Amino acid sequence: MRAQIAVYVVLAALALIAPFLGLYPVFLMKLLCFAMFACAFNLLLGYTKMLSFGHAAYFGASAYVTGWLTTVHGWGTVEGILGGVAVSMLLGLAIGAIAVRRQGIYFAMITLALAQVVYFICLQAQFTGGENGLQGIPRGSLLGLIGLGNDRIMYYFVLAVFVGVFIFIRRIVHSPFGQVLKAIRANEPRAISLGYKVDRYKLTAFVLSASLAGLAGSLKALVLGFATLSDVSQTTSGEVILMTLLGGSGTFLGPVIGANVVVTLQEYLSDIVGAWVSVIIGAIFVVCVMIFRRGFVGEIERRFARRTA
Amino acid sequence: MTTVFGVPLPAILGQLMLGLVNGSFYALLSLGLAVIFGLLGVVNFAHGAFYMLGAFAAYIGLQVLGINYWWALLLAPLAVGLLGVVIERLFLRHLYQVEPVYGLLLTFGIALIAEGIMRSLFGSSGKSYPVPALLQGGFNLGFMVLPIYRAWVVLASVAVCGMTWFLIERTRLGAMLRAATENARLVQAFGINVPLMVMCTYGAGVALAALAGVLAAPVIQVSPLMGSSLVIVVFAVVVIGGMGSIVGAIVSGLVLGLVEGLTKVVYPEASNIVVFIIMAVVLIWRPAGLFGKEQ
Repeated sequence: MRAQIAVYVVLAALALIAPFLGLYPVFLMKLLCFAMFACAFNLLLGYTKMLSFGHAAYFGASAYVTGWLTTVHGWGTVEGILGGVAVSMLLGLAIGAIAVRRQGIYFAMITLALAQVVYFICLQAQFTGGENGLQGIPRGSLLGLIGLGNDRIMYYFVLAVFVGVFIFIRRIVHSPFGQVLKAIRANEPRAISLGYKVDRYKLTAFVLSASLAGLAGSLKALVLGFATLSDVSQTTSGEVILMTLLGGSGTFLGPVIGANVVVTLQEYLSDIVGAWVSVIIGAIFVVCVMIFRRGFVGEIERRFARRTA
Repeated sequence: MTTVFGVPLPAILGQLMLGLVNGSFYALLSLGLAVIFGLLGVVNFAHGAFYMLGAFAAYIGLQVLGINYWWALLLAPLAVGLLGVVIERLFLRHLYQVEPVYGLLLTFGIALIAEGIMRSLFGSSGKSYPVPALLQGGFNLGFMVLPIYRAWVVLASVAVCGMTWFLIERTRLGAMLRAATENARLVQAFGINVPLMVMCTYGAGVALAALAGVLAAPVIQVSPLMGSSLVIVVFAVVVIGGMGSIVGAIVSGLVLGLVEGLTKVVYPEASNIVVFIIMAVVLIWRPAGLFGKEQ
């Protein structure tokens, strides 16, 4: 427990001083957005064992909607974000309602197929800009008070939202609701026989996860100033799985670390090796699945648990 | 000119023909997926990648080694099937004890690797593969011209699907396979080498995907990403047909190809998503799929 607090303190301090360490703030914000996305995904995979293979749909749809609202309709930043999150919440509700009827790989395939519908809608609809995506999305200001054009100010805004989401997810997992989710994860038939409306719990978790993924997508659109088809693509859905798995699903810090590793790898390797990046990502996937199923944080926690036991 | 819903009849028939050709690919691919899922319990995400590798094997065979189409029909599935066997031995075999989603994730990683390698070597642009001389041209049916190659694709894949169905449902080998699907340990106790059978089944399913790739090479552009979105459609087809159901995979593959073709005529914007919408409806109405059994 004490070690855990120490880790959090160090990470918080690092996050606070990071823009002053010579790291590129936009890159740091991208890391935070994907870390938030992975945390949202982990809420589903880690605590209810539902593998959604289409989480990019909520991430990307929200990015598009926020971009569209702020660019075309001149909405403010906060309203734009809320609009994006509302859309991904509704999407999560619609897709989740169908998907939670099945479990395991069926669930994965259904979420994947329905996310593909979102992808094609984004490809063909007018407001998304088709193959070009939305460009030049303005960051605007916080309720007209604080301008977000400055990278450092924007960084602290994104960091604050991220910390909020992280604490919120911890809170959910430790709440009675979270305990029921874990019970479903452990033994679904037993949870049903105890009288829990399992489908409703799963759907709630799904909608929460989709909304938070949407929040991450909105912020990403504001940070980078664009929303593109790759945000809603199958590849992004796969990457968020890898981030969560690599860092350790079902742990709080795992997805954060996984996201940092994967995004950093992509950022630096794509310049050097071009299309081989996807080979490397694929190879990490294979290694993760074959011999490293607990992920970084999962392995560390296990070592600690063994020593104290 | 005869019109239906204001669309000229030849246009409808032309799209239906295209739909049937696509449906043949769906049928071959979902058949392989269903066979693999039935015995291994693995959803093979790399199926689209193996389809792509089949097409590339034919392309490379023709360009580099001078292997013609007919030999490619035999050799490409063999080569890719062997690759599948290697992957089963090295990786998949170790995942049968853990949850099935890991098989899905592993094959997803393999698909990324295969697509990345082909993209690095050949670039993302499509390559064209010539229609073999014997199958060029078309029949004039009076109301439309039927390209011979398209007709050949439909006939060949229906024949292969039929043979696979016969092999599984009507032969001794198929009986052993079905028994192993029900209870692998019991079948093993009777002295049948189940791991070998599993390995060959995976190889055969993968070979079917590669065969579809070779058949597709002359009608579509051969490109590294040709399988990545197709595999998702095929997943939807398999879910609609009922996972693991052989007949379901074949029938729903062909029918959904036709439905897609028809949608292209009536409402082109929805042609990409119609299969997924049908999947959603089927899942609400019959969660186990049209031909699947409720557990």
